[in-house]
This record gives sequence, structure tokens and C-alpha cells, in this order.
Amino acid sequence: MDKLIISPAPHIHSGDSISKNMQAVIIALMPAYLVALYYFGLGALIVSFTAIVSCVLFEYLIQKFILKGDTTIKDGSAALTGLLLAFNLPSNIPIYIVIVGSLVAIGIAKMSFGGLGNNPFNPALVARVFLLISFPVAMTSWPVPEALSMHYLDAVTAPTTLRNMNFGVQPDTLNLLIGNIGGSMGEVSGFALLLGFAYLLYKKVISWHIPVSILATSAVFIYILHLAAPESYIVSPIDYILSGGLLLGAIYMATDYVTSPMTKPGMLIYGVGIGLLTVIIRISPVYPEGVSFAILIMNAFTPLINTYVKPKRFGEKVKAKK
Amino acid sequence: MRTFRIGGIHPAENKFSAGQKIKTANLPKQVAIPLAHYIGAPAEAVVAKGDIVKVGQLIGKANGFISANVHASVSGKVNKIDVQLDASGYKRAAVFIDVDGDEWLETIDRTQTVVRECNLTKEEIIKKVAEAGIVGLGGATFPAHVKLSPPPGKKAEVLVINAVECEPYLTCDHQLMLEKGEEIMVGISILMKALDVNRAVVGIENNKKDAIALFQKLAKEFKGVEVTALKVQYPQGGEKQLIDAAIGRQVPSGALPIEVGAVVQNVGTTFAVYEAVQKNKPLFERVMTITGKSATNPGNYLVRLGTMLSEVVDQAGGVPADTGKIVGGGPMMGRSLMTLDVPMAKGSAGVLFIQNMESLRKKMQTCIRCGKCVNVCPMGLEPYLLMNQSEREMWADMESNKVMDCIECGSCSYTCPSNRALLDYIRFGKSTVGGIIRSRQARKS
Amino acid sequence: MNLILVSILTLVVVGALAAVILFFVSKKFHVFEDPRIDEVEAALPAANCGGCGFPGCRNFANACVKADTLDGLLCPVGGTPTMEKVAEILGKTVVAAAPTVAVVRCSGTCDNRPRKNKYDGVNHCFIAHNLYSGETGCSWGCLGLGDCELSCQFDAIHVNPVTMIPEVDEDKCTSCGACVKACPKMLIELRKKGPKSRRIYVSCRSQDKGPITKKACEVGCIGCSKCFKVCPHDAITIENNLAFIHDDKCKLCRKCVEVCPTNSIIELNFPPRKVKTEETAVEA
Repeated sequence: MDKLIISPAPHIHSGDSISKNMQAVIIALMPAYLVALYYFGLGALIVSFTAIVSCVLFEYLIQKFILKGDTTIKDGSAALTGLLLAFNLPSNIPIYIVIVGSLVAIGIAKMSFGGLGNNPFNPALVARVFLLISFPVAMTSWPVPEALSMHYLDAVTAPTTLRNMNFGVQPDTLNLLIGNIGGSMGEVSGFALLLGFAYLLYKKVISWHIPVSILATSAVFIYILHLAAPESYIVSPIDYILSGGLLLGAIYMATDYVTSPMTKPGMLIYGVGIGLLTVIIRISPVYPEGVSFAILIMNAFTPLINTYVKPKRFGEKVKAKK
Repeated sequence: MRTFRIGGIHPAENKFSAGQKIKTANLPKQVAIPLAHYIGAPAEAVVAKGDIVKVGQLIGKANGFISANVHASVSGKVNKIDVQLDASGYKRAAVFIDVDGDEWLETIDRTQTVVRECNLTKEEIIKKVAEAGIVGLGGATFPAHVKLSPPPGKKAEVLVINAVECEPYLTCDHQLMLEKGEEIMVGISILMKALDVNRAVVGIENNKKDAIALFQKLAKEFKGVEVTALKVQYPQGGEKQLIDAAIGRQVPSGALPIEVGAVVQNVGTTFAVYEAVQKNKPLFERVMTITGKSATNPGNYLVRLGTMLSEVVDQAGGVPADTGKIVGGGPMMGRSLMTLDVPMAKGSAGVLFIQNMESLRKKMQTCIRCGKCVNVCPMGLEPYLLMNQSEREMWADMESNKVMDCIECGSCSYTCPSNRALLDYIRFGKSTVGGIIRSRQARKS
Repeated sequence: MNLILVSILTLVVVGALAAVILFFVSKKFHVFEDPRIDEVEAALPAANCGGCGFPGCRNFANACVKADTLDGLLCPVGGTPTMEKVAEILGKTVVAAAPTVAVVRCSGTCDNRPRKNKYDGVNHCFIAHNLYSGETGCSWGCLGLGDCELSCQFDAIHVNPVTMIPEVDEDKCTSCGACVKACPKMLIELRKKGPKSRRIYVSCRSQDKGPITKKACEVGCIGCSKCFKVCPHDAITIENNLAFIHDDKCKLCRKCVEVCPTNSIIELNFPPRKVKTEETAVEA
């Protein structure tokens, strides 16, 4: 006992930290990652490894040599961005595109705004959209799943369920659940993604508000469209939310702390917005996948939602119980 | 199980001293009885250097509306009236008494028999409570008689007894309930009489199952007293949170509990009321908890006011070697002490030793906007926003974001994954905004 | 060809229309502003420090133009030369004000005032001040966390990392008063700069009784009244166990410095004293 320490209350802390939250999300992504490794094999390994390493490296280099400050790569946020970026890419994409994507995610979407906590848009999604627009062919040639595939650039490609849906092909629900479909490497297995969601809820890393409102809104909206024009919108709501990147986006991308609203009512507004926009964009034949755009658009509204949607204050218009 | 409706956290309880019998601390050689308590105007000394005083004799007279009498806790000779560093971290006036024997005022009934009947009128009870210098013993030290006299036009409907003890580590209220259950019940009925209400709700957190069972048994003998088990949740002991949890009413922003017909008293206060009314014993001693993860002998002690905390701590096994910080009170809202040579005051509920590794804060990182602080805030505020505004001195915005509703429970700082000192800034903003509001009101009138 | 023509024409029409609208709007909503405000503002230092009591230099310029006399209006940063320029522009006269400078009235360095505790909170004096009286035994002295340093726009005050007490750079200090407001312990005072920057002041704010002050800090003012008795100019008052030297009466005779038993009176920028061999001989 040297000198007694004086500090303002509270004197204990929950022990929660940024890195613990990031680790929890990474753990939650593991089931989907294993599925990706199973169906896309070598390609998935190469793409994810490149994305994670290059994201962490870019963050380190920028913080060390451009910002000349402390490096925060240990908090795991760059690794998470890398993993999420990889999940949003097809497993047969060339390495240089992955590296360009990482540079966009870390350099442009994150660091140029001041690093973690200050970026208005989800870095992984900015990178994905950037790549989608810059390399449209590479980004939309999805490999066909093949157990423990050893193919990388030479994988056989086929159109995804979403594009097929627009052409009137009914998907198979079981394959959507286990991930035996073409698509970006992380988005294929609905079951694995939901397993991760359960883990995140159990760990209280995220609350249910954003994912559930997104999924419910898009399911309800597509069902209304289905009732209005059954011949154009053949897909059932369940298949709809299982297909494409909707689950991945709703559970892991839209719930990104930095770019989502902070109050419960705000989260619901944000989720409903993403759900509606997703369906509207998906209807268009040009971009069958609309989740990333929808999330980015609602990211832009987040500051506005934070400013105007206040939490329910104590003692404000409540009825007495009992 | 009932609890309050907004926010809340559940820190590790660490109630090491639970079940430890209340021990009476040895009489000290000298006491320094503070004339000032945390809230309200300091009492005015009515003794002078050289006076001989007895235990229970009035030495400081309440000075103003929100102020309480102070009584001698020992018998002996007044040594001096001087400033003394107290638990607030500032030097304030105190009466120093050299102890000589233990001679109590003859009027005080020192027997242990429980006196149930109380034939006093409402006014007489309130007068006795005021004379005995009773303040809220939960920590806020608000004079009890002020709470018992609702402003004109307001009528109390329910008496809520705060037996929650939601602060981790502390056990003094719990132990008092187990040992003095019947006395507390009599105290409740006296308070009900003083407030002219026929319903009282005792809120006890579910981690004190023995106390709940005892009180539920006792409640059968006392009319109108209900015992409610509450889910363990911090800050349930906050006045507004407790009212919400126990009787389901929410006190509006800026209003006092009497607005919804509730009056809250702590169990310790209730026991003090019993002693004052039935035994003529003013408030000059209280139970406090001495605890900590590496405390050799965590326990509950009955200590006379003005005893130096160092003396009590010595009886409880001394300061553990790995102590980095000593907290007066609980870990969430207590104040860190500069030294143990501060006198025990009416609001001192405990001394807590925090180990070296736990006592330093971790490095503050940038806000990642996770919204956890918003989720846990029991008042439904946005701590991250208030902190930013406090940093940027945006006082008007802070006011419109209800900073004055903040109860300074510390849930936001506790929960922040970036270790941000949310409450430090909010508290500063709150005091500044409070000053601005007061000067505005002064200008108006 | 047609396309280019149409584009150009459209642009020209839109441009012309916008110009016409802008012209009328600027006429319609024109606000008259005294051109002298701009001139005065140009003469001011443009620090926008608020030391004059107005939010920003332009508001001060506005006040100067509107005021009948320049009495009471002073830009502390520019001082008398700036005010003379302002007066020239406005055709008014200005009374020269004695230049002032900030002084820190605490000498409780780590040696003089040992630290008893370690503060572990946000590094802001105001937050520490809300919490307790300070790491040392003295509840009046400097907390050393540097709110004054943060408040200073002129890089003129810095907490010395060794002594943990702020030091004022006289050449840079413009006596804008920002640090005076920032210090929660009210330790900083604006004093007359004095001839050749010579100043004498009591470097302590402790209102505790003598023994308490002495115990906490070796150089604290114990309120012994020796300086009060020795001062030939009635410049010293003692209130609440604390001496204060009024700079308008002080003639810088330095008698008080000699008698102070705790060395809490500071003299600045005086030439070194002659060694008074005779006096010491007499005393011995």
C-alpha cells in the first residue's frame, strides 16, 4: 500500500471491453465460417485469410505511420472488419481485389473518419459496395458449393438463388438453411448465422431489436407483394429472409455498434428502414442483392435517429402498475 | 419478481460480511463528531471547549430547514471545536470530545425489551424524530423529519421502506434486519402513524431470503405492512427506482416522491426512529460494514459517531496489505477516502478496501457508440450524449436532455466497454447546470 | 451540335435567372452595417479569446463603434497600443490602462507540499475539484491537472511537470482572463505588470489556520500579520488567515518579503539583493 488512490465513483467496473465485444462477434461468426470452409474449401480459406491480414495490416500501418499515434489493432475491430468483408465476397475472387477491398474498408471507410467509433458507415459494407461497383463480374460470379473443394480461382460458378428468384425459380429451404447454395462465402448457411445470433443474444453483445425488425419487415413486405402479384413474387417469406445476404446483414452488419442507433425505439426505426429498402432494392433486376445498400443508406440516417429518437425517460407518461 | 422498469445492472454482489453478527466497536479515546453532514446546512455547536457532556446530549443544533441535530456519542470533556478532514474530502467543522467513561443521559432507555405501544400523536413523533437528529442512513443523509412533513396540499399514501441494500459488499442493513426485525417493524408502524398512512411496503432484494422470510412472518402481526421481494438489480435502492419497483408508480422528472403519494425511508432510519421514539435515544451510533475482497475479518460493527474510521478498521483486522483504494460506502456510489483518519458520520454505511489491481481505472478509449450506457441508465437518459455535451460545455443542451434527472448511480461508467468516465463528466455538468438553474430562479424571484 | 447548343443556352438562361434573383434578394435583404466595425475589427488581434468580455473580436468592435467613449472597453490582448489604434479610427480618446499579467497564487510544489494520495480520474481540475480537496493536505492549493493550460489560447501558461504548479510565460500572457475563469480553486489573479515587470504577491490562497496550513505546506501563508505590520503603504490586508497585497497601493519596497516567515510572498524580476552582512551580524 503506497499512496491511497482517489477517484470518483463508481469504484468497480463490469470488465467489459471493446475487444471482448469484438471477440464475441468473431466467435459468433465461426459456425458460418466453418460452413464456408466446408462448401468453398481452399478459396474461402485464401480469401478470408487475405482479408483479415490485410485489414489488420492496413490499420496498423495507417495508425503507425500516417496518424503517428497509438495502434489499436489488439482490440480486434480490424480483424472483425476483415472477416466480415471476406464473408461478403465470393470465394473465387482474386487476392488483389480482396486487398483493394481491405484498403477501402480500413483506409477510406474507417481511418479517414478518425478510426473506430467515428466512422459513419460500416467499413466492410463500404468495401463490398465499392468492389461490387468496381469489379461487377468478379463480385457476382458465385462458385457452386462443393464439399471440401480444393478449387480457388477455377471454381465452377452459377447464378444465385436471388437472381433465380427474379427469374421465377423456387429455392430449396433446406439448402438455404445448411448453406448448400451459391453465394458470398459467409452468407450461405442460414442455420449457422442464426446459431451465432443466439450466441450474441446470450452474451448480450447485441439486442434483438435490429435483426428482428429487419427480418420481420422484409418478410411482411415480401408477403404483401406476394399477395398482390403472386406470379411475380413467388418466394415464401421464410425462403426470402434465408436467401442472399439478408441474415448476415441483419445480424452482423446492421448491428455494428458504431453505425447503428443507440436507443431501442431508434433501433426499431432503423431496422424497419433497412427491411423496406432491402425489399425495394431486391425487386430491381439490376441488383438482386440489396441488403448492403439498404444498411448503408440507413447508416446515413443513424445520427439523425440518435438526435431525434430519445429513450423512454423515467417518469414520463407511464401508467401505474397494480 | 418485481423490479424497476428502466435500465439497471447487476454487479457481482460480494457480500462477504453477510451473516456476521453486529459487533459493538470499542469506545475510542477521542471522537471528532462532524457538525456538517453531506446534505444541508451544518449544525450550530451548542457546547464550548471544556464542557462536560454525556452520551446523547445535544451538542449541535439544527441550523435551517434541511439540517439535523447532532448529539454527543460519548461522555467526556469537549476538547475543541475545530475543522477536521471528513469523508467528503474537505475540512469541515467538528466537535472533538475526550472520552471519559461511558455515562449516558438518564432519559435514555438502555434495556433491550421491545416496546410496541406508541401513544404519541403524529406531531409528537415528528418532533421527537427531529430532536433525535435522525437523517436518512442509506447514504444521502436527508433529514428524516423533513420527509415526514409533506408540503401543504400533498398527502402521503404509502410508506416505502428501503431494505434493498443494492450496493455490492454492504451488509449492515441486512444484518440489522435480522437482529432487530421486531424493532424495525415497530418503527414502521410509528412512521405510518406519523405520516397518517395505512399501507407500508417493505422492499427487500431477493438475495436476502432470510430477511424476507423473517419480515413476512413479522408482517402478519402488524397491520398494513406488506413485504415485497424484489429482483436483485442495481440501483434499486434509489428512491425513484424503489417506488417504481415496490408500488409501480413513477415519480415524474424533477418531482419529489410525495408527488405520487410515496415516502421512502431506509431500514436503518426506521430502526433509529424506533429508538428515538420508544427509547428516547438520539442518533449517535450506527451499524457499518467493514469489508473488501482481501479483508481478513469482514463484519458489521456498531460504531459511535465521530470515531475515527482507522480505529474501527483496526478492530476489524486492519487494512489489508494489497489495498489500493479505500472507499467510504459502497463501491458504486461511495467516496474514495484520502485517509482513514476521518470521523465516522451519520451517512457512513461502510468501509470497503479495494485491491490494488482493481483500484486503478483502465485506459479510456473512444466511444464506440454501443449504446450500453443508454440501456442501463435507470432514468432513461443518454449518458454518452451528456458526457459529450459536458466536455463541450453545452449546458443548455444538457438541461434539455434532463441531466438534472441523473441520480449519479454510476451504472453507465460501470458498464462502458471503453472505460469512459461518463459519470465524472455528467456529475460536473449536473452541478454546473444546477448552478445555472438556481441563478435563473434567483433572478426571477 | 444541337445538343451542345441547347446545353449552353440552358446554362446561360439558368445563370442569368439566378443572377437576377440574387441581385434583387441582396437589395431587398440588405443589412446596413457601419463600415467602421470592419476597420476596428481589422485593428484588433483577432484572437477571439473573449478577454474583453465580448464573444469574439467582432462583437467587441461593434461595442466600440456604438459606445460614446472607450472607457471600460479594453482589449487585454492588444493592450493600450491596440486601443489607441481603435480610438484613432473612431475619433475617440483612450485612457492608457496599466498592463496586467496572470499570476498563480500557489507555491505548493511537490517538495513544499507532499502528495498524500494518487488521483486516478479524468485529468481535469474541475472534476477533481468536484470530488475532493486535492492530493495534498492543503485544500486550497493547485491541483496541477492543467485546466488553465487547456484554457489558454496563447500558449502562455504551462504546468511544470516537476513542480506540478503552472507557470506563466510573461511575454506570451495577454491577460485575457481565461485561466482565471478555468481555475476551480481561484488561484490565478490578473495583477498589474508593474515597472520592469516587477511584482510582489502572496503566493497562497489557504484560509486555514496557521498550524494547519504549515503542516500541509511549507510555503503557505499562515496569516501571521508580520507583513501587514511592516508595510509602510497600507497595501496589505489580512482576511481569513490570509494576507493579500493590493497592487494599486504596493510600492514594491519588498519589506514584506523579508519578514515573511514561510517565504510565501514572491518577488519577481527584481535584481538580486545585496547580501546584508550587517543585519545578519546584529541578529546573530
